[in-house]
Formats: sequence, structure tokens, C-alpha cells
Amino acid sequence: MAPSSTIAEPLPLAAIEVHPDVDLVARTRAGDNTAYEQLVKQYQRQIFRTANHITQNREDAEDITQDVFFKAFQKLDQFKGDSKFSTWLVRIAVNESLMRLRKRKTSKTVSMDQDIQTEEGSIPRDFAEWRPNPEQIYSQSELGDILRKTIAGLPPGFRTVFTLRDIENLSTEETASALGLSVPAVKSRLLRARLQLRERLSRYFRQKNEATQ
Amino acid sequence: MNCTDFLAKLTDFFDGKIEPELLAEVKQHLGACHHCEVVVDTTRKTIEVYRGNEVYEFPDDLSTRLRAAIMARCEKTKCGSGSSETKSASPHPHNS
Repeated sequence: MAPSSTIAEPLPLAAIEVHPDVDLVARTRAGDNTAYEQLVKQYQRQIFRTANHITQNREDAEDITQDVFFKAFQKLDQFKGDSKFSTWLVRIAVNESLMRLRKRKTSKTVSMDQDIQTEEGSIPRDFAEWRPNPEQIYSQSELGDILRKTIAGLPPGFRTVFTLRDIENLSTEETASALGLSVPAVKSRLLRARLQLRERLSRYFRQKNEATQ
Repeated sequence: MNCTDFLAKLTDFFDGKIEPELLAEVKQHLGACHHCEVVVDTTRKTIEVYRGNEVYEFPDDLSTRLRAAIMARCEKTKCGSGSSETKSASPHPHNS
């Protein structure tokens, strides 16, 4: 008789964590569209935000949000579950958004597979502290205007990496996979995106007494 | 470690993916260099201010309208049907 220690014990059900999206995807595949509507409800804000950040155009972002969820529905059998469902959606959103940008004939500025040469703003020059915090200086709407204007000034390649990594909280590896870039390329762009944004925001957020000197 | 070396490690530093020996050097540099200390602080605030504020509004009526348009398109096709797309109903009221 084989010793009992060689027999694998089944994991108790409670120990297996299944993401709720897995069940919603399975129900959608089985024909339950209310399950898909739940997924749309959960992620449409994130997809709209991602598309708006990349395209900088509200109407495009609305169209892309619609297209992303429709395409995902059509291609749901291709979702293998080896990434999170939301990451899969973001990847589709990035592709759709970059396609929109290219259609606007700005293709030379939206290539994801070429290194972005600009060094502007990548070397820190402003060393003023930000005090008080931005939220204490500006109203919500003023702050929104500043943040929109500032990120719009970044090259699309930097803006996209910053959006996925720092706003949507994708890992470096997920960002690299979504954009078809290497991990070092994502890291390099992320550094430059963060530093450029920091430098530009510093014009608004630097300590007032230093700004007036 | 000088400021250029420090900047090269900034992403790993923020991600907490820095080797322990290097982390000690980074911290030592930060303790001695006010400029880099400010860069770290303001870069962190840059990330926080973008994460903490809704840069693009997504009001409830837009959410409802988009979801209805998406589900209307999905109702006309079969899940996993590949590329048999029917053209969308416009989500923009001004275009319809």
C-alpha cells in the first residue's frame, strides 16, 4: 500500500480564490448577457479613461469604449484567463486608441516600437518643493484643467505608458505586453514620462514664495 | 552614487524592486542630496495627484448611454462570434 503522504490532498474550496470576473465571463459565454452587462458596468469607466488619456479626445473615447466591449464580446472565446479580464480589455482599448491616433495622421508621433528620442523635461531642473499640496491650492475644476493640459503635452508614447502603469495600475510586465514593448523600454519611458510631468506640473504647484522670486 | 546614478534607479526605487545593497546607497544619496529628495517627493506627488483625481469626467448619463449602446450591439450578435460585426448605433446623441 502506498504511503498516504504521496497522495495529493485536494485543496479546500475556500482556499481556491476565483476572481468573480471568471464566473461572469463563463455566464456570458453560456448566453447570459446580463452577466456581460455587469462586466461592462464594472470596467467602462476604466476603459473610457484609458482611451481618453491616449487619444485626448472625448468623442473618440466614447466610440472606443463601445468598440472595445463589443469586440471583447465577439472574441470572448479568445480570452484564455491567463490575465485579468480588465487587463485584456485595457489591451484592446490601447490598440483601438493607438489606431485612432494613427488615423488622425499623427503616426510619426504614436509609434510604440521605436524609441522616443526627446529628452525634454527628462533631466530635472526645477527643485522647488510643492507646498501646500496641489489639492490645497486649487479647486477641483482648476486642478482637473491643469492635469488634463499637462498630460496632453506629453508625447503619446509616454502618455500611454504613464496611463497604464501609474493611473490604471498595470504592472510593468502587463504594460509591456499591452504595448508590445520590452520591460526595459517601459521602464525607460515611464521614468521620462514621470519626470516630464513632474517638471511641467511644478510650474503650477511649486511653493508660491519661490515662484514669485 | 551621484544624481545621474540615482535617477537611473528611480523607477525601481518607486516600485520597491531595488536590491538591498543598492537601496542603502540610494537612501544614503537621498539623505545627502536635497535636490534628489525634492525630485522623489514631487514625482511621488505627481503620481498621486493623477491617481487621486478624476481627470476626465464620466457622468452617470454617459455611463448609462454607453452601456445601452454596447448591449444593443451585443444583442444583435452571438458571444464569441468573431468578426461578424454589425455597424454600431452611435453613442453620441448629436450624431444620431
